[in-house]
Amino acid sequence: MEVSTELILEALWETLYMVSISLLFGGILGMVLGIILVVTRKGHILENRWIFSLLNPIVNILRSIPFIILLVAIIPFTRLIVGTSIGTTAAIVPLVLHIGPYISRLVENSLLEVDEGIVEAAQSMGATPLQIIGKFLLPEAFPSLVLSITTATIGLIGATAMAGAIGGGGLGDVAISYGYQRFSTITIFVTVVILVVVVQGVQSVGNVLERKIRRA
Amino acid sequence: MIEFRHVSKVFESKEGTIEALKDIQLTVKKGDIFGVIGYSGAGKSTLIRTVNLLEYPTSGDILVNGRKLTELTRRELRLAQKNIGMIFQHFNLLNSKSVFDNVAMPLVLSKKKKKEMEERVYEILRFVGLEEKAHHYPNELSGGQKQRLGIARALVTNPTILLCDEATSALDPQTTTSILNLLKRINEEFNITILLITHEMEVIKEVCNRVAVMEEGRVIEIGSVFDIFAQPKTDTARNFVKSVVRDDIPASVKSLLKQNMKERKILKIDFLGVSSGQPLVSRTAKNFNVDINILFATITELQGNPYGHFIVELVGKENELERAIQFLYAQDVIVQEVMEDGSKYRTYTRSLVGNTLHG
Ligand SMILES: Nc1ncnc2c1ncn2[C@@H]1O[C@H](COP(=O)(O)OP(=O)(O)OP(=O)(O)O)[C@@H](O)[C@H]1O
Ligand SMILES: [Mg+2]
Repeated sequence: MEVSTELILEALWETLYMVSISLLFGGILGMVLGIILVVTRKGHILENRWIFSLLNPIVNILRSIPFIILLVAIIPFTRLIVGTSIGTTAAIVPLVLHIGPYISRLVENSLLEVDEGIVEAAQSMGATPLQIIGKFLLPEAFPSLVLSITTATIGLIGATAMAGAIGGGGLGDVAISYGYQRFSTITIFVTVVILVVVVQGVQSVGNVLERKIRRA
Repeated sequence: MIEFRHVSKVFESKEGTIEALKDIQLTVKKGDIFGVIGYSGAGKSTLIRTVNLLEYPTSGDILVNGRKLTELTRRELRLAQKNIGMIFQHFNLLNSKSVFDNVAMPLVLSKKKKKEMEERVYEILRFVGLEEKAHHYPNELSGGQKQRLGIARALVTNPTILLCDEATSALDPQTTTSILNLLKRINEEFNITILLITHEMEVIKEVCNRVAVMEEGRVIEIGSVFDIFAQPKTDTARNFVKSVVRDDIPASVKSLLKQNMKERKILKIDFLGVSSGQPLVSRTAKNFNVDINILFATITELQGNPYGHFIVELVGKENELERAIQFLYAQDVIVQEVMEDGSKYRTYTRSLVGNTLHG
C-alpha cells in the first residue's frame, strides 16, 4: 500500500501540533527551571543550596532517560494528566517532560553567559531579584535564548518521530509504519525530505531572528 | 559621608580563607573625592563594594550618611542603594538596551512616571555630553562614551555618593583625563561625594583631595594627597609617588659622580607647593659665586601647584658652595646632596615648609 498526499499532510500537521504544544509547555517548564538553576546557585541573587541541590539531579535524571523509554515508562502519569495514554495528545506529556529539562540546561547556559557585572550593576541600583531576572538577565540573554529555543525545537522534531510508539502519529510514525515496515522507499524519502526542510526552516528562522536582535 | 569602623572581610573558599579586609578605619567626608590606591589584590574592590553592600563585611560597621546599611530591611536597603551611584571598570552596560534605556533603567526600577523620566534622562545625558547618542546602542560607543553612559546611569537618581571601581583603568590616557574632569565637575556642581579606587597614582594626583594606600587588606597610609606625595611613609606609597614623578638618579648623573668631585656638588632639590625651581636656581646663581647646571628635572602639577625635583650641579669654591647650599636650605624646598654612586643622599633638611596648602 502506498501513502497518499493526505496521509503525509495529516502526519505533517500532527508533527507540527506535537512540536508546538510541547515546545510551549516545555519552554515554560524549561525557562522556569533554568532560571531557578541559575539564581539559586552559590553566590547568585537567590542562593539556596536546598532548592539547587534538589533540582539539579532531577534535571540530570530526566535528561539521561532515553526518550523512547520515558515515553513508555510514564504511561500512567500521562493517563492521569490527559485522560488517555495513546494518541497525539498523549504524546505531548512525555515530550514536555523530555524537552523541558533539556531547555532548562540551555536556558541555564544562556543566562550564565551574561556578564556577572550586569547583575552587580543591577544590585547597585537597588533592583529586586525579580527585576534583576526580568529587566537585566533575560533581556541580555535574549539572543542566546532564541538560539537555544531553535536547538530545542529541532531536538523536539526528532523526538516526535518516536511518538508513533504510543500512536502519536506524525511524520516519523509514517516513515516507520509505511516506509520501513512495508518497504516503501518513496515514503521514507518523502518524509525525510519534509523533515529536513522543516528543520532547515526552523534553524534559518532562528538564526535570522538572533542576528536581528543581537546588539553586541 | 562614609565611615568604616573596624571593617573586616574574610572569604572562605576551598583553597582556604582569605582576609580581604583587615580592620579598616576610614572616613570619607562629605564633598571629598577620596581615592584608595593599592596593587592588585590589595582589597580595594572588596572595600568599595562593602559601601553599598554588594559585599557584606564579616565584622565592623560601615556608616553611610550616618546609617548602618547592614541594619536595614531589604526594602530599605534597596532605597539606600539608589542613593549610592556606582560605576565600573568594564562599564557593565546593558548591550540589549539603547543609551536612553540604559540611563532610564534605575528610574524604571523605581517606577517613575514616563514624562518625568524622559526629562531627567535627557538632562543627565546632556550633562555627560551624550545627548546625541540617546538612540544608539552601547556597542556603538567608544570606551570613553561608555563610561560617560555609566556615569549618567549612576547619577540619574540624584545620589549623594558615587563609587568608582577602577573607572578609568580600561581607558587611554586622554580619555582618562576627560572622564576624571567629568568626575571633578560632578563633585563640584552636584556636591557628590566620590569614593574611587585605582592602581594609578596619576588618577589620585589628578582628582583626589584625600587618599588611602592599601596593602594586603590594610590601610597602611592615609592623608591628604599633598601629604602623601610630599612625605610618603611606606615603601608602597613611595613607589606610587615615583610612578608619577621619577625619583631615581639618572645614569648620566651617576657617571658624572664618578669623576673628580672637587669644587663640585650635585644636589637634588625637591620642591612642592609654593616654591618652583626655576627662580630659585637663578637666584642662587646670582647671589653666590657658583655656576649651576640643571642636569635633570621632573616637574608635574599637584592640585594646581608645581611638584617635582631638579638635580643640579653646583660648581664653585668650597665656601661659596656651602653658602649657596645654606641659602637653598632656607627656602621651601628639600635639598639633598647626591653622594658617591648616586644611591646615597646626604640630607640637608627634611622639614617641609611648602606644606602650607592643606595646613
Ligand atoms: N568573592 C571572593 N571569593 C574569594 N576571594 C575573593 C573574592 N573576592 C575577592 N577575593 C580575594 O580578596 C582579595 C582582594 O580582592 P579585591 O578584588 O578586593 O582586590 P583589588 O585590590 O580590587 O585588586 P584588583 O586591583 O586586581 O582589582 C584577593 O586576594 C581576592 O582573591
Ligand atoms: Mg579590583
